[in-house]
Amino acid sequence: MLILSRRLNEKIVIGDDIVVSIVEVRGDLVKIGIEAPRSVKVYREEVFEAIQAENRAALASDIVLPSLDIPGLSK
Amino acid sequence: MRIITKAYGDMEIDEKQLVGFPSGILGFEKFTRWALLDAKQKPFYYLQSLELPELAFALIDPFIFRTDYSLDVADEVLGIIGITDAADAIVLAIVTAPAEGGPITANLAGPLIISRNGRVGMQAILADPRWQVKHDIMAELAASKSGI
Repeated sequence: MLILSRRLNEKIVIGDDIVVSIVEVRGDLVKIGIEAPRSVKVYREEVFEAIQAENRAALASDIVLPSLDIPGLSK
Repeated sequence: MRIITKAYGDMEIDEKQLVGFPSGILGFEKFTRWALLDAKQKPFYYLQSLELPELAFALIDPFIFRTDYSLDVADEVLGIIGITDAADAIVLAIVTAPAEGGPITANLAGPLIISRNGRVGMQAILADPRWQVKHDIMAELAASKSGI
């Protein structure tokens, strides 16, 4: 892993169109600004991991589902 | 074609039910060939792996219990699965039904988006904090009814 030291308001450029800036540092909280094309997916790692974990939980689900009594369902 | 399913064993499906997930589903990236089946219990569907019979997800149309559900996914991302028009997108949420009981929940933070025409899908990751990985389907359906 590449490790770079940056001060407040300093930036890191990744490739041609991604810029990461250190916006605020307070105690152990760092605010990071990311400028990237909309096609570049940027996520907090926890969100990514939560979805992965939920996919695993879904897989362990009871495969026999109850019919849901949803009125007005036209299916 | 005949496939082996987790829910119903050996069964015949139509080629139109095949869906490719070129980048897989989070945590199951190696599995790219799937089939979309109607579950016998409405309003559920199953996404069945063609590569591993034990691998199947129950799905639900999230708009059934959350009429306010909305997704903000970049056009460039939708373009990867060949969607250029929102009308071509099928959105389904993965369902978790705890084997030990408890509420049946749907994952609205990581919905599946499938192109109706190309039959190619992906799992989106939404940044909107309103959408969590566990939404109690029946409770939210009841809440939406009483809220009107």
